Amino acid sequence: MCIKTTMRIGIDVGGTNTDAVLMEGHRVIDWYKTPTTPDVSTGITTALKNVLEQTDTSVDRIDGVMIGTTHFTNAVVERKRLMPTAAIRLGLPATECLPPMVDWPPDLREAIGNHTYLAHGGHEFDGRTISTFDEGEIREICGQIKDQGVRAIAISSVFSPVSPEFEQRAAEIVRDEIPEATITLSYDIGRIGLLERENAAIMNACLGDLARAIVRSFEGALREMGIDAPFYLSQNDGTLMGAEYAEKYPVFTFASGPTNSMRGAAFLSGAKDAAVVDLGGTTSDVGMLSGGFPREASVAVDIGGVRTNFRMPDVYSFGLGGGSIVKRSPLQIGPQSVGYELTTKGLIFGGSVLTTTDVAVAGGLVDIGDKEAVASLDKDFVETVLEAIQTKIDVAVDRMKTSAQPIPVIVVGGGSILVSRPIEGASEMIKPDHFSVANAIGAAIAQVGGETDRIFALAEMSRDEALDQARQEAVGRAVAAGADKETVEIVDVEEVPLTYLPSNATRIRVKAVGDLRLSQGE
Amino acid sequence: MRTFYPENIEDVALGAAVLGTGGGGDPYVGKLMAIQAMRKHGPVTLLDLDEVDDDSLIVPSAMMGAPTVMVEKLPKGDEIIKAFQSLEAYLGRKIDATMSIEAGGLNSTTPFTVAASLGLPLVDADSMGRAFPEIQMVTFTLHGISATPMAMADEKGNSAILNTISNRWTETFSRSITIDMGCTAMIALYSVTGRQLKQAAIPGTISFAEKIGRTIREAQAAKKDVIAAVMAVTGGFRVFHGKVVDVQRRTERGFARGEATIEGTDECGGSSLTIRFQNEHLVAIRDGEIVVSVPDLITVLDAENGEAITTEGMRYGYRVVVLGIPVTPKWRTPAGLEIVGPRYFGYDVEYVPVEERFG
Repeated sequence: MCIKTTMRIGIDVGGTNTDAVLMEGHRVIDWYKTPTTPDVSTGITTALKNVLEQTDTSVDRIDGVMIGTTHFTNAVVERKRLMPTAAIRLGLPATECLPPMVDWPPDLREAIGNHTYLAHGGHEFDGRTISTFDEGEIREICGQIKDQGVRAIAISSVFSPVSPEFEQRAAEIVRDEIPEATITLSYDIGRIGLLERENAAIMNACLGDLARAIVRSFEGALREMGIDAPFYLSQNDGTLMGAEYAEKYPVFTFASGPTNSMRGAAFLSGAKDAAVVDLGGTTSDVGMLSGGFPREASVAVDIGGVRTNFRMPDVYSFGLGGGSIVKRSPLQIGPQSVGYELTTKGLIFGGSVLTTTDVAVAGGLVDIGDKEAVASLDKDFVETVLEAIQTKIDVAVDRMKTSAQPIPVIVVGGGSILVSRPIEGASEMIKPDHFSVANAIGAAIAQVGGETDRIFALAEMSRDEALDQARQEAVGRAVAAGADKETVEIVDVEEVPLTYLPSNATRIRVKAVGDLRLSQGE
Repeated sequence: MRTFYPENIEDVALGAAVLGTGGGGDPYVGKLMAIQAMRKHGPVTLLDLDEVDDDSLIVPSAMMGAPTVMVEKLPKGDEIIKAFQSLEAYLGRKIDATMSIEAGGLNSTTPFTVAASLGLPLVDADSMGRAFPEIQMVTFTLHGISATPMAMADEKGNSAILNTISNRWTETFSRSITIDMGCTAMIALYSVTGRQLKQAAIPGTISFAEKIGRTIREAQAAKKDVIAAVMAVTGGFRVFHGKVVDVQRRTERGFARGEATIEGTDECGGSSLTIRFQNEHLVAIRDGEIVVSVPDLITVLDAENGEAITTEGMRYGYRVVVLGIPVTPKWRTPAGLEIVGPRYFGYDVEYVPVEERFG
């Protein structure tokens, strides 16, 4: 119905470039790519302005804006712009043998200050408490946190998915003692599995300041353009979330980059089973499409070296991109990158840093900037570097394959200019139209979801009835969030039995997803 | 004799997950604890069974409880020391070595935590050859060795010593204490002399777990067929493959009970496999008929990377391969089947060795 004629703008804010794509229904009308700016919003405004001007589209015609960003993943991976964070865990005397962040890479732990606190509380599997919640103990901990000047706090309690009571009580005390604190409760973020859930909560908390800054800059950019259509951010599972929700839960954007590029690649190529290589400015990702959807990692997903249990696409990231710095002897390509400063620092742009893009221009793979600036590069050196780049890509694709059998490989992303020959192990290489903005397209075609997560009494209804009801509720929520009812499907069902409540209670969580139903612009 | 370092634990945990048949607890937690203990206290000496002195006292150590709880309520750390100390005091003699009671799952790595923390050697053996849900399901029972005196300890500082008239009674009492403790407890039981151990234990299981883990790791690195490699090293058979479409799981009477349903893909398309479990996988039912049962090992592997998936790790949408691995012969005797055959678990069928159906 509406999908055919709605006008949407998909924006991908990468580490190097900000891409905007204008779509009408499923048709790509036009796109624009511009370097990401340090303040983020200027780059967005530039991309938006240009794509609207190029197509002579007025801002009132826009029905929705969808933004996917890797800012939060990058911050964790690069250990930058993270707030010092305190991890409070409730469950003593249990859990002491493996304190918070015990298995974190030391540099990441240090980057957020390594503030860990164990306190009493926590629940047993059946709802009994492990020990008594001690208000004084929490206030004591708050005092220490305050003394250290720490404002980001993650609170995790044993079995909080079964009973969030102690996390909520601790949060109240923290808000009282440290009014300016950013608090993340683990039960809002994850599922059963203490270490993984706690890790996700800590990462969410440390991204607090960055989340506020990024979302505000998105809002500012749209406001400046006079666009008052609703705006959404892409989540890990390919669905969209509203701005307020994104400010509170930046961790839900972690995998949105790869998810968007894979869904964009599937959309553009029509391929169902293939590898997708998304070459960016600083990093590149390889994922696998299975039946048109990203293959999910089945066990714990590693983010920046930290173990989590998010349901995310199985993606291998490596430090190669269009802005990667090339060092001569010994030869090293990346992982350092000039990122969004390519257009000032790259040799072809008058700068003094040798980047992979410079080498690609010297090798005749692409014609941008001033190719005279790299004419003096030794031919053999250029060949060696291009081959080394290609080998990195070959190895990454190979890592994600599950057999030696050749498979189609879809190449997307601005860094695709670096590909100089067919990829090893590929049965064919597909570079679809609009390949350089596959991410933005993925964001634009994203769906919206609804979730229900509550307790059902199985003494009053059968398990099948409860599941049915939960499914209906999830579908209802998806529609309320803006999904077109006819397109809504159930994508996830999870059950946590609660043996402590009478009437054989169980907690059922169902997620439903459908196409965004946008009203036409006037 | 070998020295085990923290970096060797990874392979043991990986292989033990295969032997765990869905149960045995989350290998990650067990692995982390062992590594922490070994980093703090030093490496662990692994003894071959024939290196053990006939008159020495060996006491197996383990974590008991529901795997769905073990990933959430982690231990305090000194529970097993309390359990060992209270057992030593009761027996009036020092314990010379420890060992694994079950090589499947996290109880392959728990004894490393104990050995490191107490400075004891670890014997390369176990008493199940896999994981089983109940305490009496060990080869020691087949040889008339008593599980008690058994020491149990929780994170709160509680400890108990049990003496029972049979190993089945030990399961009953220790299970109810475990439930009251919150469904996890650290235990020390089945005290044996070296002489008894050589007769009754299954030798070399820790090294076997390590071998399976190394096989998986190396096959993954070489991009070879991991599933085929696991089948080769374990002597297992491919039973089914497909997508997980339903998982029902509840913590009942101290165990994670339930079933998982897999919808077949490719050659298994149109067919459905249901695996019933009580911590460990008990039976695999294909289109209404039991095709593999205990005591043979029913193991679920991730179709992509070949690693074992625990019952609490099973999720809707996972692509999996189900293997049936023949169990050690001791369990196939009439006495063995009485303890761990399908009838004990309430399935009124004759046990059929997996190689007869799938070989």
